[in-house]
Amino acid sequence: MTCAIRAEELRKTFRVRETASGLGGTLRSLLRPRYREVHALAGVSFALEPGEMVGFIGPNGAGKSTTIKILSGILVPDGGTCTVGGLVPWERRVEHVARLGVVFGQRTQLWWDLPVTESFDLLADIYRLDRARAARRRQELVGRLDLGPLLDVPVRQLSLGQRMRCELAAALLHEPGLLFLDEPTIGLDAPAKLAIREFLRSLNREQGVTVILTTHDLDDVEALCRRLVVIHHGRLLFDGDLDGLRARVTSERRLTVDLDGDLDPARLPGVTVVAREGRRLVLAFDPATVSAPELIARLAALAPVRDLTVEAPPIEEIVAGFYRGLDP
Amino acid sequence: MDPARGTDRHDGGSGPWPPPMAGRNDGSAPRQGAFHLYWRLVAISIRAQAQYPGSLLLLSAGHLVVTLLEFLGVWALFDRFRLVRGWSLAEVALFYGLVNLSFALAEAVGRGFDAFDRLVRTGEFDVVLLRPRSEVLLICGQELRLSRAGRFAQGLIILGWGMSSLGLAGRPEVWMRLAWAVAGGTALFCGLFVLQATIAFWTVNSLEVVNTVTYGGVETAQFPIDIYPSAVRAFFTWVVPLASLNYLPLRGLLRGGDPGWVGWAAPLAGFLFLAVSLRLWRFGVRHYTSTGS
Repeated sequence: MTCAIRAEELRKTFRVRETASGLGGTLRSLLRPRYREVHALAGVSFALEPGEMVGFIGPNGAGKSTTIKILSGILVPDGGTCTVGGLVPWERRVEHVARLGVVFGQRTQLWWDLPVTESFDLLADIYRLDRARAARRRQELVGRLDLGPLLDVPVRQLSLGQRMRCELAAALLHEPGLLFLDEPTIGLDAPAKLAIREFLRSLNREQGVTVILTTHDLDDVEALCRRLVVIHHGRLLFDGDLDGLRARVTSERRLTVDLDGDLDPARLPGVTVVAREGRRLVLAFDPATVSAPELIARLAALAPVRDLTVEAPPIEEIVAGFYRGLDP
Repeated sequence: MDPARGTDRHDGGSGPWPPPMAGRNDGSAPRQGAFHLYWRLVAISIRAQAQYPGSLLLLSAGHLVVTLLEFLGVWALFDRFRLVRGWSLAEVALFYGLVNLSFALAEAVGRGFDAFDRLVRTGEFDVVLLRPRSEVLLICGQELRLSRAGRFAQGLIILGWGMSSLGLAGRPEVWMRLAWAVAGGTALFCGLFVLQATIAFWTVNSLEVVNTVTYGGVETAQFPIDIYPSAVRAFFTWVVPLASLNYLPLRGLLRGGDPGWVGWAAPLAGFLFLAVSLRLWRFGVRHYTSTGS
């Protein structure tokens, strides 16, 4: 069975030139440059099956973008191997990128001064697309991403959200089986984010496109990806689903309760108060010490309850907790 | 059903994955060949420059005037000394014209490489590498600098004047010889731009050393190279073979002595230089480090 992507022990080190401060420092570093080694990737391995949608998360400088750039054939790793659909990206770059769509949230693939439609025409030529088929595909993307009114607008006049939709279409014109997204929702407002998420979900489900997504927006990951990969300091620290990550960090649950009377939380063992706001209490508890039904029963015995919800802590807190656990 | 997975792709179907690109035109119709794409890309750059026709015209005219004034200095020199190492002003005009034609063409065509450090610094080169075409083609397609028409016209005027003064203007064989020399010279200067771009993979500021060779070379090769000390001559013959674009093709023509094939073969050195530069460039691409996210 073919793996969509197999990466083994990928390593990449950058040499960063260090410049001392002041004129003297500048002169000294001109004569004897000093370099600091930054291990962007220190041995990262993973495998992806066709049709998966995986979120790569990690703090800034963790190595997410470096990984994507290696998988895209832009960077050559210093060590390790990787194949994408059977090809080594940097060895067969042209063949490889012909089957790949990439969207960088901070960099445009479109021609800044040209209307969107002309950028699409050029891409059709660059990818050597069959005319009729390209026209059909383009129509489909224009419909699904609602690009009709944007086609004649020069790219530089588009809003960020509009541009992002055009970038997505541009990356998909050649019907790639694989899509890499590097922070695709960065800087977008809520409706634009939702529209893009919805589009990505249907692309993955209906057309089986394999998607890797790097993001800081954990809502993206929660909404789209069953599987998530955490990269930190150039290492892969977690690979699994959100529940698995949650279990790694904490088994804690949150109980939010609105009361019709007063309650001294000290009378509830195994519980800590996270927030208290008028009659609303947010309590944290560990289901291993006290189960949710048990806790609710005790609570109801102490004070009249108007409303209550039990949930896991939000994903931001889990991930932040995970990073905290890593940095001593 | 597993919501995050595709419906049909991963149950071990045979055949490669991802499948070969679906929309691809396998007949490689001529409209999508390298030249077609080059012109499509260059047309964008031309349209952008044509948006400000006044500025383009002034820039070109300015370029023409400045470079013509430069030649005035040469004229003054010859007015005083008549001959320099036995070369007359009309003869030197041929050397002068050939270098400027070559350099003008190279600056127009090779602008993408000349300004390549910007692509590295901004990370735009990432996008170039994501396209399934030769990166050399895509970079050359970035810009065709029309304002170099100024220097080109200057080269043509001076060359034409030299040719007619020497009574060579009516000989098509000579024109062909010179056109071939200009082609080789253009390749040579493009090779220098490619080298300069290659250095940008290691130091973010393109090295001024190459610039020195390029612009210094243009100044130097405006005269027959035998007026310089032997070290300079050797450098511009064997390391950066500027001698191949005018000295060697013209020596046989003006002085005789060389067998005819020397003049024809010499410009090949320019193409060879370009080929070597492109090899180094490919090596550099593998060391591209991109920029932060």
